[in-house]
Amino acid sequence: MFRTLSLSALALGAAMSPALAQTEIQWWHAMGGELGQKLEAIVADYNATQTDYKVVPSFKGTYAETMTAAIAAFRAKEQPAIVQVFEVGTGTMMAAKGAVYPVYQLMADMAEPFDPSAFLPAVVGYYTDTAGNMLSMPFNSSTPILYYNKDVFEKAGLDRNTPPKTWEEVEAFSRQIMASGAAKCGFTTGWISWVQLENFSAWHNQPIGTLENGFGGLETELTVNGPVQVRHWENLARWQKEGLFQYGGPVGGNDAPPKFYTQECAIYMNSSASRAGVIANAKDFEVGYGMLPHYADIAPQNSIIGGATLWVLQGRPEAEYKAVADFFTYLSSAEVQAKWHQETGYLPITQAAWDLSKSQGYYDANPGADVSIRQMTLNAPTANSKGLRFGSYVQIRGIIDEEFQALLAGQKDAQTALNDLVARGNVLIREFEAANK
Amino acid sequence: MKRAVFRNRLLPWVLLAPQLAVTFVFFLWPAAQAGWQSFLREDAFGLKTTFVGLANYSRLLDDGEYLNAVGVTAVFSVSVAVLGMSVALLLALAVDRMVTTARGYTTLLVWPYAVAPAIAGLLWWFIFNPTIGLMPHVLGLMGIDWDHSLNGNQAMILVVIAAAWKQISYNFLFFVAGLQSIPASLREAAAIDGAGPFRRFLTITFPLLAPTSFFLLVVNTVYALFDTFPVIDATTEGGPAQATNILVYKVYVDGFLGLNLGSSAAQSVVLMAVVVALTVVQFRYVERRVEY
Repeated sequence: MFRTLSLSALALGAAMSPALAQTEIQWWHAMGGELGQKLEAIVADYNATQTDYKVVPSFKGTYAETMTAAIAAFRAKEQPAIVQVFEVGTGTMMAAKGAVYPVYQLMADMAEPFDPSAFLPAVVGYYTDTAGNMLSMPFNSSTPILYYNKDVFEKAGLDRNTPPKTWEEVEAFSRQIMASGAAKCGFTTGWISWVQLENFSAWHNQPIGTLENGFGGLETELTVNGPVQVRHWENLARWQKEGLFQYGGPVGGNDAPPKFYTQECAIYMNSSASRAGVIANAKDFEVGYGMLPHYADIAPQNSIIGGATLWVLQGRPEAEYKAVADFFTYLSSAEVQAKWHQETGYLPITQAAWDLSKSQGYYDANPGADVSIRQMTLNAPTANSKGLRFGSYVQIRGIIDEEFQALLAGQKDAQTALNDLVARGNVLIREFEAANK
Repeated sequence: MKRAVFRNRLLPWVLLAPQLAVTFVFFLWPAAQAGWQSFLREDAFGLKTTFVGLANYSRLLDDGEYLNAVGVTAVFSVSVAVLGMSVALLLALAVDRMVTTARGYTTLLVWPYAVAPAIAGLLWWFIFNPTIGLMPHVLGLMGIDWDHSLNGNQAMILVVIAAAWKQISYNFLFFVAGLQSIPASLREAAAIDGAGPFRRFLTITFPLLAPTSFFLLVVNTVYALFDTFPVIDATTEGGPAQATNILVYKVYVDGFLGLNLGSSAAQSVVLMAVVVALTVVQFRYVERRVEY
């Protein structure tokens, strides 16, 4: 009762104060724990720099929950101005033409200075339409890299400063590590779908789907059952049987990090944003960093991103969009971006933020912190390595996990698993096309 | 049955109103919306809506994943009901034979019922976790390689145990009550006639428990069909490879993660029909014969 009273008193106070001129915008996000605190610090700094606008961040749970909440709110006409959506929701958001306010259009409508070329193409490429227009504002983007245990490498008689560069080396190193008894398993990985299929395909310049991995339209089809992917999944299944590789579970692979932290597995592939967690947990050994491995006969292309971007939703009062445009300018400034990048391990999204981090000496002080960005920008993105854009992709990610599990359980061989994956995924893509045409 | 007589014609309606309002707002209205939604094809944001008739239903019949979920649900509910009821019956029989400590044991055995399904799921997830759990270690010593994240049968065993565990308490209470309502004289008479304990159970106790058992069968089936969502969500999330993807979990995944509202609505209408059928069975054939 007291709470209600004091709250309404507050509301009354707020309504009568001259601060009424301040425009408030809602930002729904999915950053819990430490990342959430860093996000709130950014917002607090922004709110302190000016008095016209006030950004109110609200934590809405996981990525999927945040997206579902925003969609439900939109249906009830209670949507926030800004919502953070993970990369696999991009297809759904893009198809919702009347629901989202494309960022390039917003910035133009609000007469806010905005230079799309300041952003790293490898990051924004994922979120632009075929005409090159930026549809959402990149916020937290990461890419998978390779972590390894330097001490175990040395114990196994390997060079502690040389991470494996190819999958052939991963296999050979793993064998040596296990034979020497330095660790029980060679390698593990988070995110089978994102790391060992999507990024694997982009890194080897193999298509994930037709029409530029779905960038070209809703008529796209998955084609991820090509010979290179089949070869890799075949190997993964074989390595798992031999114990060289340990499976970390579906989706993000919750069991993978502990396997690396407890020195059970010597090599670990996961998001560059896992760096903070790896450093915090790897207390008894030194961590090394490397790019994702590639097969020796195929030159590496570039890796693709994961993480989330900020989408602006339609149907809010005009004044709020003014605030959003101003906030986005602040958010993409070099100082804010460089700080966010250095504190979290997410990628800097602009060239200026990257340059600033360099000039601040961040990469010299933190070796390995630039592996992600060098890997992302190794080559200019091709049609196969720009990213991917499919409807219902949250469910397709689930299918990838299921088929991989069937493969590891020995129910299917790699070709059958990938064929079934493609067939099942395409059914969902066709349904999505029908619902959004 | 007692029949109350109200002089004021309005009063009964006023007294019923809160309950009716709750039923309308939280059941009838959403149910009607689900029914309507099941005939539509709609994008996630509700921007484009097409009336598709029964297409969402007919698609379910061709959908291998849905048919798989039907099979998984059948195996799951039967296993949960059988396991939950047989263990509860054993415990109830054991308690029934006790003279002094029955009350204490009864209290202890009822405790798990107070545990929320999500907590129960998490508890068993920890116990059976292949990396950090206790049971895989013990099973490993016995030569069983436990990994329910890859082995579908093991995943099914895990969710059945987790779901049945907390239902055992509930079943146990009803069996204890059922056993107490069987007149001791019947069993004593049989004993005097020379029937052993096993025979007494088979010819006297069990038949007299039949109404209770039948009632519990329906309740347990409904529980396994609808209330086990948190258990699945906390342990296997329907995996591996959909080995534990029961119907109610699929409704959630398709609707709330996949945002395919039409199909999700059609699936929930089918589930609604199942629960209506079960309720009819219970009221028409069971309710009358059960003594509580």
